[in-house]
Amino acid sequence: MTSRRTKAAKTPADATASGGLAAFATALAAGAVEIVDLTQTLSPDFPTLVLPPELGQCTPFRIEEISRYDERGPAWYWNTITLSEHTGTHFDAPVHWITGRDLPNNTVDAFPAQKQIAPACVIDCAAAAAADPDFLLEPAHIETWEARHGTIPAGCWVLMRTDWSKRDAGAYANLREDGAHTPGPSPAAIRLLVEKRAILGFGTETIGTDAGQAHHLDPPYPAHTILHGAGRYGLQCLANLDRLPATGALVVAPPLKIRHGSGSPLRVLALVERKATGGAA
Amino acid sequence: MTEPLTPPKRKNPLERTRAPLLPSAIRSRTAQMLTLAAAEGWFALPTCLDCGAVHYPPRDACPKCLSARIAAQAADGGGRVAAETAIRTSTDPYFRERMPWRIGTVVLDAGPSVIAHLHGDVRAGDRTRLEWKLDKSGQAVAFALPQTETANMADDPQLREMTLDPKFRRVLVTDARTALGQAMVSALSKAGAGIVFAGLAEPWKPAPAREALTRIRGVEIVPIDVTDTDSVNELAGEIGAKVDILINTAEHVRPGGLMERKGVGVAREELEAGYLGLIRLAQAFGPTMRFRGADGANSACAWVNVLSVFAQVNWPQFGAHSASQAAMLSAAQSLRAELRPGGVRVINVFTGPLETEWYQAVPPPKVAPSQVAGATIDALQRGLEDVWVGDIAQDVRSRLAANPKAIEREL
Repeated sequence: MTSRRTKAAKTPADATASGGLAAFATALAAGAVEIVDLTQTLSPDFPTLVLPPELGQCTPFRIEEISRYDERGPAWYWNTITLSEHTGTHFDAPVHWITGRDLPNNTVDAFPAQKQIAPACVIDCAAAAAADPDFLLEPAHIETWEARHGTIPAGCWVLMRTDWSKRDAGAYANLREDGAHTPGPSPAAIRLLVEKRAILGFGTETIGTDAGQAHHLDPPYPAHTILHGAGRYGLQCLANLDRLPATGALVVAPPLKIRHGSGSPLRVLALVERKATGGAA
Repeated sequence: MTEPLTPPKRKNPLERTRAPLLPSAIRSRTAQMLTLAAAEGWFALPTCLDCGAVHYPPRDACPKCLSARIAAQAADGGGRVAAETAIRTSTDPYFRERMPWRIGTVVLDAGPSVIAHLHGDVRAGDRTRLEWKLDKSGQAVAFALPQTETANMADDPQLREMTLDPKFRRVLVTDARTALGQAMVSALSKAGAGIVFAGLAEPWKPAPAREALTRIRGVEIVPIDVTDTDSVNELAGEIGAKVDILINTAEHVRPGGLMERKGVGVAREELEAGYLGLIRLAQAFGPTMRFRGADGANSACAWVNVLSVFAQVNWPQFGAHSASQAAMLSAAQSLRAELRPGGVRVINVFTGPLETEWYQAVPPPKVAPSQVAGATIDALQRGLEDVWVGDIAQDVRSRLAANPKAIEREL
């Protein structure tokens, strides 16, 4: 069909002229920029947050066929899915926590598009978390990281790599009689990141941004309390953080635009520049 | 003495699985008078409410005073076998496969004479205990049992057409994580089940019972979550052709009525684990069970739903849960009709509040999980259809029969 628009569509040449996006597209096509999927597969078998049973529960992922090339729809296959805003790999908006309830633009639909792509700093805690499932990221760990990789810039995601996403479901939830035992940040570490470094948000491989035993910290659930109280965001149930460089990755994390939503399952991608020498280790 | 049942041989894959056939199910509405007694396992006779005369078979008018006011009332099933015979040929497809078939005339102490199916240990002249049994069509029939227990009595081939004995059969208990599920698994193993498939949902959650379950004879732990269609279908794909008895113990009990709760989240969970879970199980396991209704000594024979008695009348303290149970009861009645062509019986086991965590604040009498398991085994062995476990359940049953509006106000 012939376009009748008076203004012709921009050609790729125009795009090149307008900036580095074409160069980026070329790098992408050439494999110089790799896209790493940081998302867990949505499945009924993936653990969800467990709360005492008298409280409201995180709805697990469920899938029901609408039709599958059958009498319900002869030529097409599709499903109905049910899940909570906080099932699987998901995003937390400030309104998720009581500390963020009165902030402006605190819901998931108000998460600015401009922030949905942001750089990431990846702090490798895999060895420490393997040794101690209750490992807490402390300011000292952050300072050690900064001594090597530079100060964490404002407006970036800080991702806590624990390799937790590689565990089987039982070891991933790691539930014992006194609750979940999974790593997370200490109150002081989160305070440092939010107040001194002005990060965009904090991301983990575990079920929550907080440690499994974080209700015993002061304040309880420091990541939720401090991040969301300051209007920052959370990402959890991330995967493949071991494939990211300490710095330099760009995280693409657009949540679903749920009216007044507290969070959202989402596909999280990281753009990683692969240098000819073999990339960042 | 009855020849004891031997563990069924493995199927010969070259032979066709026989299609389930049913005895004639045609009954007049008047003849349905005895179905309730058969379903619940008590003996009754048509009784004139005016002159008190008992008679058999059920009639529209009293043969003594012609009153039309006749109801089945509890009676004594004791009697004597006056005559016996064995049918050696029949044009009825169901009985043709089961020849010879023994029947006899029982003269009841209460008066009437009844033509009854005879247990192998009952002979002409013997004292007998007459019971109403449900046959493969789900219809009440008279069955003459030995006066006292005889060796291997339950293994009599004619009796086994009426009962659903778990002996050597393979049973799926859908949720063995709960105290009820564990009691059920243990009771089935003791009752001689060949395999007890013990369902455990969410294997990533600690299951303290897992180790105890694996120590019980014949238990295989299987992953199944009745709230997850995929998991139900996957398990049916693995063991569906081996499930002779399915016992749905899945429960999601939460207190509260409609208004005090915020939102429909908990109600939805109750429906997912209850009503929708039953539908998922029915779609995944039902067709194969119905097909396997005549598959040898360990044919598919029974489907058990453990339901709150408040499926029958709402208990506002657990009002939303009662509503979900009522939905399950209605679905179970549909399932009963859908499984009947395979001769597979649907048993509803109604219980009062259980001695479990979610009924903590409810005062006694409460029902121990082992009591529910015991009543379920009893129902299978006797071939019942409706079972009322514990004082509360029996009280609700009788009050509902007496005055349904009164119990609605009183609960």
